[in-house]
Amino acid sequence: MTGLIAKAGLQLVLVLLVAPLLGGIIKTLKARLQTRRGPNILQSYRDIFKLFRKGMVIPETASWIFSATPYVVFVTAALVGLMIPMTATDAPLSLFGGVLAVVYLLALGRFFLALGGLDAGSSFGGLGSSREMTLSAIAEPAMMLAIFTVALAASSTNLSEMAKVAVSQSWKFLAPSQMLAFAALFIVLIAETGRIPVDNPATHLELTMIHEAMILEYSGPYLALIEYGASIKQLVLMTLVVNTFFPFGLSSDWTVRGLGVGLLFYFTKMLLLACLIVLVETTNAKLRLFRVPELLMVSFIFGALALISTFLF
Amino acid sequence: MNTLPVGPAFALSLAAYSTGALASLAIWRKPALCRYICCGSALAGASFGGLAAVLGILQGAPLRWSISSGIPLFAYSFDYDALAGFFNLTLAILAGAVSIYSFGYLKEFEGKRNIGFFGFLFHLLLLSLTIVFTAANAFLFLIGWEVMALAAYGLVTFYHEDRETRRAGLLYIVMAHIDAGCLLLGFALLMQVSGSADFASFRTAAGHLSSSQQAVAFVLFFVGFGIKAGVIPFHIWLPAAHPVAPSNISSLLSGVVLKAGIYGMTRVFLDGLGVLPSWAGLLVLIVGVASAVLGVLYALMEHDLKRLLAYHSIENIGIILIGLGAALVFRVAGHPQLAGLALIAALFHTLNHAIFKCLLFLGAGSVLHSTGTRNMEELGGLIRPMPVTAFCFLIGAVAISGLPPLNGFVSEWLTYQSLLAGFGATGGLTRILFPLAGSMLALTGALAAACFVKAFAITFLALPRNAGSRSAHEAPRSMLVGMSWLAMACVALGLGATWFLPAFDALTEQLLGQRIGSNLISSHGWVLSAGTPHGGMVSTSVIAIALLLLLIPALLVVSIAARRFASKRGPAWDCGLPGLTEDNEYTATAFSKALRMIFSVLYQPRREIQTVFDVSPYFPKAIRFESEIEPTFEKRLYVPLKDLLLRFATRMRAIQAGSIHAYLAYIFVTLVLLLLFGVRP
Repeated sequence: MTGLIAKAGLQLVLVLLVAPLLGGIIKTLKARLQTRRGPNILQSYRDIFKLFRKGMVIPETASWIFSATPYVVFVTAALVGLMIPMTATDAPLSLFGGVLAVVYLLALGRFFLALGGLDAGSSFGGLGSSREMTLSAIAEPAMMLAIFTVALAASSTNLSEMAKVAVSQSWKFLAPSQMLAFAALFIVLIAETGRIPVDNPATHLELTMIHEAMILEYSGPYLALIEYGASIKQLVLMTLVVNTFFPFGLSSDWTVRGLGVGLLFYFTKMLLLACLIVLVETTNAKLRLFRVPELLMVSFIFGALALISTFLF
Repeated sequence: MNTLPVGPAFALSLAAYSTGALASLAIWRKPALCRYICCGSALAGASFGGLAAVLGILQGAPLRWSISSGIPLFAYSFDYDALAGFFNLTLAILAGAVSIYSFGYLKEFEGKRNIGFFGFLFHLLLLSLTIVFTAANAFLFLIGWEVMALAAYGLVTFYHEDRETRRAGLLYIVMAHIDAGCLLLGFALLMQVSGSADFASFRTAAGHLSSSQQAVAFVLFFVGFGIKAGVIPFHIWLPAAHPVAPSNISSLLSGVVLKAGIYGMTRVFLDGLGVLPSWAGLLVLIVGVASAVLGVLYALMEHDLKRLLAYHSIENIGIILIGLGAALVFRVAGHPQLAGLALIAALFHTLNHAIFKCLLFLGAGSVLHSTGTRNMEELGGLIRPMPVTAFCFLIGAVAISGLPPLNGFVSEWLTYQSLLAGFGATGGLTRILFPLAGSMLALTGALAAACFVKAFAITFLALPRNAGSRSAHEAPRSMLVGMSWLAMACVALGLGATWFLPAFDALTEQLLGQRIGSNLISSHGWVLSAGTPHGGMVSTSVIAIALLLLLIPALLVVSIAARRFASKRGPAWDCGLPGLTEDNEYTATAFSKALRMIFSVLYQPRREIQTVFDVSPYFPKAIRFESEIEPTFEKRLYVPLKDLLLRFATRMRAIQAGSIHAYLAYIFVTLVLLLLFGVRP
């Protein structure tokens, strides 16, 4: 029990520390690729810190749902962060919720975020909520198929079990089913974290924005919680992708040495995935909203092919 | 163990319902007294029924009572086994909540409508449901079934002055009789083989059924019970009939009367027809997937709050059928353990759906009661005048969207686990269906969440859209008590799922020969597992505790941060217009616009915009907007069917000329034919 709490505390600190950094790294990398100087890597921390020191304006038309939403978003994201293996195969809370709980807890956060968007009564919030719920619904089956492909190989939805099986067959990512599942999940990752070509986190243009439209009315500490939650969600989904498909360096225990090696591998893998995301973001233009379902359909077909090819190979 | 007094409690509940029915009729002239009697006796009946169910489940062993009627093939025989106990428990939880709720709800009927007649039908419905769930004789079952259909018809058409209501009632009664006809034929087939109308004799005769007889019986029962459960494509009556009934009745219709179809399927497919071949299970699974996905897609297009909920019933019946179909496939494949997991998933979802759908309908009833409209486009901002109703509705919305840590999540999780296990346990190409069904279940869940964001936000959040919602008031206390009881049940069954699931032990032992409920529990009851050593695990209770623990630092940090600057209230961003009005708000139609475009192949949306302008179309004086989607099943399946039937009826008119001589001749010919048929050895 104390071991569990210690592990959970350690991973929570890790998640909270790394999540904004990841956002900063992606921003900087992207700027460099576009031959801009870009913000400092630590800018995301400063932004969150700044927001916590600002006053809040709460819309007159909003109810308690508006105020509850930031907490739900942050808390669900933080909990999910404790359920996924980051540096060691056994995540602190993997016994209490596998990959299905992860997906559904994130959905709980999204449910409230969409409610919060509609609560103020401005058209922008509704616009964002509608688009967010629509696209996430279309992304869901593709995500599940990709996850099922991995879960079936491990015959478990427990993320630690999945990681253990993955570690025991590290080179399996070369199998066609794994590659297809990775492609499917990568597209879902782009959609779920609101990146180009699905959403553009850098603009506030009403024709294109999704996530930013939902949180338009939020300010101060509430906005900080939501932004923090979103960055944790991004970290979680990216961790899920790297550790299920490329389980190199995951330590089997929580010793100092294991953790050190695990952390080193973890950062390397995440950096590579971040580079891939940046590459995709820089070389693509944002899709029209109604072209996004086609992209997600591609992801669904990848997922289905991944599943079918587990028969063959 | 000593025998528990299941029988007396059960008899008392039947007596309370019967007395309530007759008493309501007897004192219909005194509306206030009648309301007390009506709700009181229903509550008493539900309490006794619930007691009997709990005792019956604790007892474990099935009980049987039978009174001979003197008529061949017919006996008053009741079988109170684990399955009956489970469905009676579902009924009792809902009947209790609805009778408390009705106490406040029926007050507005006083002096306007006949509460006595309402009470009579209400009790008749509860009584017939109890009989359906316990009958052990085919004829008793069919009588209960028919009384249930008629009582429901009377309640659906309670606001009969409305043309829409009468049409919905007609559609309902026609479909109810097609389904009763299918069941009658199915039972006739079984009786022919077994020579008795007793359910126990069907069980023993199941081995003698030839495979074609079994197939025919399966199809008849699947269509019959499927119509009652509202599976696609037999669903068309459901979104018409459920919204027009009084709201307390809508909640019972969606909560339990649909479940009578699920009860029938479980009883017959797992208990009465022997081991069905795997195509039957796959058919149930595929129909379940279709119902789930199409049900939620149609729900998304609705802006009538109650009809939206009715479409969600189709979706959830689909989810239940996915579990049931998987259980049938696993049973024939020789995996009773997995079949048990899938069956528990299906039945637990049955109970969960009954509770949250009842809660949501009662919430919609409160809204209707307070604002006088079911149209979401006219509502809004109700969270301020109706905080308790809004909170209860939110709990129901989170639960039905399958979000943790509430009960809907647990049963959907169990369904996912059984589908994933199905891939490994079955062979051949059909096993690809299981993960695909899982992904469709994911789509359903996500779309349901989208739909309930819409339902809750448009109804309860932001600004009120019409006078009714501006002057809304909170529902009377009894209605709130009824809803809170169900909301608490959603939370309790979600967090306490691991402590509830062992109640399925007796049920799975009876139907599949293994006690499976307790196998799914590990870590001293804290964790729910898929029943395999390294399979999936989840713990809603730990998730809830962890969420609360993480909430503490978040609250602390925000409250410290907020101390520097007081948060202030200000207007929401209105694009520089002179203030935000309800016209700026997103509507339900606008919310689902994106999905309407993406799934336009299914919806075939049609819209018409007429702009009235003087100088330029950019400065319109008035705009008329009309949008509708094509009711595919009605248009492409039922209208041609109806036309065919009417054409046939017109042809038949030739022999119905009205001549008495011709009719006498018909009677004579029929008699001769029957005699020949009877004399033939």
